[in-house]
Amino acid sequence: MEEKEAEQLEQEHVHEVYDRIASHFSQTRYKPWPIVERFLQSLPAGSVGLDIGCGNGKYLSVANPGIYIFATDRSAALVRIAAAERRARGADVGVADGIEMPVPSGRFDFAISIAVVHHFATRARRVDAVRSVLRGLREGKEEQGGKALIYVWALEQGGSRRGWDEGDSQDVMVPWVTRRKKKEGEEEEERVEKRYYHLYRKGELEEDIAAAGGVVVENGYERDNWWAVARR
Amino acid sequence: MKLLTANFVQCSVKACSATPKCFPLHFDQQTADVPLELAHEDVDFSPEFIYNILPRIDWPALLITARELGNNMLPETTPEIENPNAPENEQILRDLHTLLLETQIIQGSMRCENCNHIYFIRDSIPNFLLPGHLVQ
Ligand SMILES: [Zn+2]
Repeated sequence: MEEKEAEQLEQEHVHEVYDRIASHFSQTRYKPWPIVERFLQSLPAGSVGLDIGCGNGKYLSVANPGIYIFATDRSAALVRIAAAERRARGADVGVADGIEMPVPSGRFDFAISIAVVHHFATRARRVDAVRSVLRGLREGKEEQGGKALIYVWALEQGGSRRGWDEGDSQDVMVPWVTRRKKKEGEEEEERVEKRYYHLYRKGELEEDIAAAGGVVVENGYERDNWWAVARR
Repeated sequence: MKLLTANFVQCSVKACSATPKCFPLHFDQQTADVPLELAHEDVDFSPEFIYNILPRIDWPALLITARELGNNMLPETTPEIENPNAPENEQILRDLHTLLLETQIIQGSMRCENCNHIYFIRDSIPNFLLPGHLVQ
């Protein structure tokens, strides 16, 4: 797929869909994943970091109150919801593209990218998105440097109701159904939105991180997702 | 957008990110459509929070931002503070708290010194998306 074609697909099947389903999405995605919670709560006071693709900002209230998070998303509708989540002290929000991030290199103690990179439609763009997550991190040996947590949907989710598994196609359209009654007594109107996902197979996230110049320091699988903690 | 955030954002244009002129973004030229509007929003004061975040701040950039927004009260270099709870440090930490966390930029624009692109802040939310022709 060409770059232009990929961007068009993301525009139609990622950005526009999230803008339309923002309020529904916001009511359903409330449960933080344990790995993300553990990562955010392990950060020392005074840490400054990024939440790239913050969605409705559900992680802004999970982090410990001594840290500062600048949270961005491509969807202005989701950022408006996230704005209400920015706690008095420790967070702020902005609208930004995941690849064209408006932040200086090497100044951040941490970054999180939760359920974001799998929405980019070519490998080159996914590697660019990972590079963009890593670019902001402080350089330095081991604990001296910043670290990023990246979380993507797995192809291997035989146990889930979707039933994808090893060997299946990795590029899928996932339906999102919204129902609403226009007026009392009328029939429900059903609308199906299709979101694009690239489902990561085992080991692929680590390959993308390496291609982006990062070093994986910890990784694993949690509830239908692959995750990795990486440094520059 | 909190004033503190201005210390951690720069121009999104790839070609600009390699030049030192892309940071900080400047508040020195505002437009009639989206005139600069600041507001004070109360935030619980935590001396430790300011003390801990201080080493992360790019001080020369903060001086520029504060000056452009009308604050000329900052010291020329990062204040050296040993104990955030010592009474003699309370005033400077409170002043920084007010400036960094309680100063909300409700609307206005930020300009890249390198490419002159303008980023708007509306309803307290900055937008860094680029028009198609600037994306490489
Ligand atoms: Zn620029």
